[in-house]
This record gives sequence, structure tokens and C-alpha cells, in this order.
Amino acid sequence: MDLAFSKEEIAFREEVRAFFRDNVPPETRRKMVEGRHLSKDEMVAWWRILNKKGWGVSHWPKEYGGTGWSSVQQYIFNEELQMHPAPAPLAFGVSMVGPVIYTFGNEKQKQYYLPRIANVDDWWCQGFSEPGSGSDLASLKTKAERKGDKYIINGQKTWTTLAQHADMIFCLCRTDTSAKKQMGISFIVFSMKSKGVTVRPIETIDGGHEVNEVFFDDVEVPVENLIGEENKGWDYAKFLLGNERTGIARVGVSKERLRRIKELASKVEQNGKPVLEDQGFREKLAACEIELKALELTQLRVVADEGKHGKGKPNPASSVLKIKGSEIQQTTTELLMEVIGPFAAPYDEHGDDASNETMDWTAQIAPSYFNNRKVSIYGGSNEIQRNIITKAVLGL
Amino acid sequence: MDFDLSEEQRLLKESIDGLLTDSYDFDARKKYQKEKGGWSKAVWGKLAEQGLLGLPFAEADGGFGAGAVETMIVMEALGRALVLEPYLATVVIGGGFLRHGGSAEQKAAHIPGIIDGSKTFAFAQLEKNSRYDLADVSTTAKKKDGAYVIDGEKFVVLNGENADTLIVTARTKGSRRDKTGIGVFLVPANAKGVTRKGYPTQDGLHAADITFTGVEVGSDAAIGDPENGLPLIERVVDEARTAMCAEAVGAMDESLKTTVEYLKTRKQFGVPIGSFQTLQHRAADMFVALEQARSMSMFATMAADFEDAKERATAVAAAKVQIGKSGKFIGQQSIQLHGGIGMTQEAKIGHYFKRLTMIENTFGDTDYHLRRVAEGGLV
Repeated sequence: MDLAFSKEEIAFREEVRAFFRDNVPPETRRKMVEGRHLSKDEMVAWWRILNKKGWGVSHWPKEYGGTGWSSVQQYIFNEELQMHPAPAPLAFGVSMVGPVIYTFGNEKQKQYYLPRIANVDDWWCQGFSEPGSGSDLASLKTKAERKGDKYIINGQKTWTTLAQHADMIFCLCRTDTSAKKQMGISFIVFSMKSKGVTVRPIETIDGGHEVNEVFFDDVEVPVENLIGEENKGWDYAKFLLGNERTGIARVGVSKERLRRIKELASKVEQNGKPVLEDQGFREKLAACEIELKALELTQLRVVADEGKHGKGKPNPASSVLKIKGSEIQQTTTELLMEVIGPFAAPYDEHGDDASNETMDWTAQIAPSYFNNRKVSIYGGSNEIQRNIITKAVLGL
Repeated sequence: MDFDLSEEQRLLKESIDGLLTDSYDFDARKKYQKEKGGWSKAVWGKLAEQGLLGLPFAEADGGFGAGAVETMIVMEALGRALVLEPYLATVVIGGGFLRHGGSAEQKAAHIPGIIDGSKTFAFAQLEKNSRYDLADVSTTAKKKDGAYVIDGEKFVVLNGENADTLIVTARTKGSRRDKTGIGVFLVPANAKGVTRKGYPTQDGLHAADITFTGVEVGSDAAIGDPENGLPLIERVVDEARTAMCAEAVGAMDESLKTTVEYLKTRKQFGVPIGSFQTLQHRAADMFVALEQARSMSMFATMAADFEDAKERATAVAAAKVQIGKSGKFIGQQSIQLHGGIGMTQEAKIGHYFKRLTMIENTFGDTDYHLRRVAEGGLV
């Protein structure tokens, strides 16, 4: 048992850190630190820098452009990226549809899509949730009817993150309405520019525009856009959701935010001295740091286990990472709110416009707090995670 | 980075788990509790036979030269079985003072007796008003003709009633809360002027309040520097805290297991109560609390090798906070999910709760350690 990183791992961390320091555009970093929205161009520009270095799809198998890093190296890369901070590669492409395509897709699909995902030639979005299908995802109703060499797709998806930027969508559609609910679902990919696709923004409580409703009205999709076998889509969806196991703790994000909290709390005054010197505040901060340290180690235990025993079936401990990780992220945004106190109030009406910086950075703190309520809801709500622990770990 | 046990560590775990499975079920524990002194000499003998009492000592001193991970393995197993025998007081604390501060003569005089199981130790540290401050020492050790004369009162000394040797903190210089001027002394429990009042503790262990009235010991009784013993005390107490973290993880793990088993078997409304989602989610939260505690117990264990004393202390404090919180939650919820039966002395589950509660209040509770981390800073 040895919790310290090896010399090689420490050298690797230095290499990664130096690369981020020298290559993340400073404006991108500053906006990340201040919790501002980035434009599509800013994100894509950074991801292409990353891809040029060969780190765009780092966790993929080498034959598809991955790095062949160990689980520990991958962990270090993610954490350093989050702590810099810089935008993580677009999960919908890199972590979700990419692995489904290289695992279940045919040769032609692999050759066409995988390099395009790596270079973000296509911006991908995810067509899973529907208005009537949230936690009960398998009840989804969007239909894909086979007509000759085409599917005709009708229905509605929702909570579609950054669909306003998207070129492509991967979509769970019902292809057999007579089968039991999990059995008749297929995994189909198609262009968001197709005729009959309508994207409508959903404004969230922070005033931001991250998510959308997407409507399909007789959208025609070539049958070769089916990934894997027809009616096996549920298996691929489970594979996809179980794939992203250790990233969900977002330890680096919380570490960076704690750094930010300390930085601001040493400037903002209360009773004539910095908030950081207030005993009550320090104790809350310490409690959060301890929880985060514990989470980091729990995450490393999962990572080490993967490294040793392979990435076989999903480790149910990842539900612990999701629950604690989201709670800690939320706590850090609460602590930021506490630091700025009454100056949380001013609202920047143009906050979502990446080019507009008329308001002080403090205007981003309350929206970030409001926005972070999502993290215990998405990716399988924390209540669903408790169901998973109940069944998979406790056997109840 | 590696979280797996080595082959030797795995064998150690099997050996202690096997021993306790054979000789330490809950009924046996009740029997041991009634023996003189409140624990079993026979079990202590078995621990000695398997070499477990000699684990942390250097091979030159007759031990096995094992490290913090081995102690963690043993303490976790002891916690799982709610073991009453004085491993913490004797091997971890008594042994710790000898290992880190003892002279060659002191080691030769005391370590063999610990290893072969013939002698046990107790740490007489707590005073009426010292609470968790290790530097708050009123008991005095005054020099007299090349010897020391100890006067003062110590409280809740774990294994104090049975121990052959007491390790006593006493002030050789300065005033009550000074960080310097504190010595650590080896005092035979039967020395003239030592009065012990023993009693059982809430968790079924035994402790004593001990009065020292003009107790004379030789100058060779001092462990380390008699005028600057605090760093040694802090180091050994940090090891004790770390060991208790592991013990608590064992107790929490078993408490959760027992509770989940109960949820599967206890029926109400015609179904196992474990089919109710409210109870399922509570159990899931207990699992989360357990895994966080396990991670921090490992963190504290690894911290034993940190070069920087402050970093080491902060790591242990952070672990004690997590263990305190997780232990309270798992302890309380184990009772709640058992319902009325959890309230009975007869059921084992409540005894985990009681031990976890006492661990929280030993060598600094959650608030005390949280304040330490808040003052020092962690990440």
C-alpha cells in the first residue's frame, strides 16, 4: 500500500501542468476562473490545441488516437485540467458517443466519425432525456420508423446540453413499439442540420442557456446511421453511462474553486478583517476540504482498482463519487456566495453573452451557485445513485 | 500509488480475522467482559502467540518491524469484533513511547514483556481540566536526589486498572499549559503512592482514575527528554488516533453489514423492511459515509511516513474529523434502522454505536480536530 505518486507519475504531472500553462489561451483560463460562459469558438480552439498535442481523446484505445496512459495518468491529466482550469474535452463526443462507436460501430463509422470527434469537426449533443422520461429513461417515446433505406424520426428530446452549438446528435429512439420497454430501443446518430430538427432554448434559473428542447418532425436519417444492432440501443446506453466513472467526482474542479474561495475570502472584509480570518468561516472551509480529501482518496482507490483489475464492469463505488462529488461542488459554490455576501445580488442581464463583460465578476457567483444545483440531478440523480448502491453494493 | 495489501499484509489480515472469528463472537465477548479486569487473558495470550503484540517493534527488539499499515489491519479487525483487550493502550501507545522515545535499557526492560503478553500498559495523561490539550499538565514530577517525585491526578486511564506499567505525563518545569517542561515517565503500577480506582466505561472497556501521591521513580524512568516531552507525546497520540480511526472503520463496516442483514430479514407489512426506499437510501448514505471514512483512515495511516510533523498532524486531525462524523452517522442510523431491538443491551448493534461514540471523544472530538485543521489549512 502506497498512496504517494511514483517519480514517473510526478514527472508526468509536471509535463501536463507545463503544457496547460503554456498552451491554454489566457482569456479562456480567466473566464473559467471567473465562472463566465465561453463561446463555442473559444472552446473549439482549445480542444484543437489539445488534439494537436495528441491529448484530445486521451483515454481512447491507442489504435483510435488515444494515449495509452495508465488509469493513474489519466486521473492526473483530468485533475490538472480541472485545476488549471481549462475546458474539459466535450464529453458528448469524447466520453460518450466516441467509445460507443469504437466499441459497437462498424469499420466505416469508426473511420469517419472518430477523427472528427477528436478534432471537434462535429459538435455532438446527446438525445436521451424526454419530457416524460427522466430517471425512467427506458420509457422514452421518440420513434424511428424504418422506411426503405431510411429511418423517419418523430418525437422530442429535452435537457439537450449545448444543442445550439451541435452539428450531430446521438439519439435513443424506439424502433420496436411492441417490445418490452428496454428491448425496442436503437442508438441512431444524425445531423442536427437535418430537415425537421428544431432546437428551442431552455433558460435555466441562473439566466443561462445551456440546455434545450429538440423536436424531430419527420426527420429522415439514412439507415447506415444506426450504431450497432437495431433494438440493442439500451445496452449501448448503459455502456455509455457506466463508462464515465471516475471523472464525475470532479475533484479538480472543487480544488480550483477552493483556491478561488481562499483568494476572494482574503480580500473581502467582514468586521474589519478578511472573511478568511473568521473562525466560523474557516471551520466550514476546513470541513469542505476534509470531505474533498476523502473523496479524492476514494476516487484514487477506484482508479487504482481499475488500473489493476481492468475496466470491466462499472464499479458501484462510482456512485459514491457522484453523490459526494456533487455535494462538494455545491458546497463550494455556497461558500463563494458566503464570501461575497450582499454583492451576490447584482444580476448581469448579458451574462450569457460571452463577449459582454460590463458587469463585475461578482455577478457570476450567484448564477454559479444556482446553476450548480444541477449537479446532483444530472448524470443519474443522487437518488438514483442511492438506488444503485442499494442494489449493487448492499444487495437490498 | 497502490492500495492493495502485500502478500504478508494479506496473510496478517487472514490470521487476525481467523483468530477473532474463532474466539470472539458476541457471546464470547460478554464472557470476557466478566473476567477479572474486564478482558480475557487467554485471548491476549493468543494474540501474543500469533506475534500480533510484537508487530510494530524493531526486529532488534524482538519484534517484526511492521509499519502503520499493519497496525491499521489489526485495529480494523479489532474494531470489527469489538475487542476489549488492551491493544491500543499497550502495543500502540505503550509500545509507541518505547519505540520513539525509549532508551536501549528501557526497550530491553519493557518490550519483551509486551511481545510475550505478560505485561500490559496504560497511558495516564488526561487531567480534570485538560480536556484535549496535551500540553495542559498539572501533575508534577519534581527532582529529588537524582530521582523524580510525581504528584497529581489522572482520569479515564484506559486499561489503568489492569496495567503493569503506567506511562505518565508530568510537568518538570513551567506552568500548567506551557508547551515545554513536560516529561513522560514509566511508573510501575504497584509503586508506592499510586492509587487506582477502576471502573467499566460506557463501551464495555475498563479504565481507572489514578492518584499519584509522592510517587518516587528513578531518573531512568523518564522516556526521552524530561523537559521537552511534548513532541513525543504528540507523535504517539497521533499514532493512537490513527489506530482508533482504523478501529472505527472496522466497527462502522460491521455495523453497516449487521444493519443491512437486519433490513433483509426483518419483515413488516408482509415484506422485508429493506424493500422500503427510505430505509434503502439511509443505508446507501451509511455506505457513502463508510467509504469516506475508510479513505481517511488510509490517509492518516500513510501520514505516519510524512516527513513534515505539521503535515502529519493535520492529516491525522482531518481523518479524525471524518471518522467522527461518519461514526456518529453510522452508529446512530444503525440503531434507527434496527428499531426497538437496536435499543437493547442484548443486541450487538448498540455496542458498535457505543464504541464509536467513545472513540469520537478520545484524544480530540470532531470539533476539536476541525478547529485544528481550520487553523492549519489542509489542501
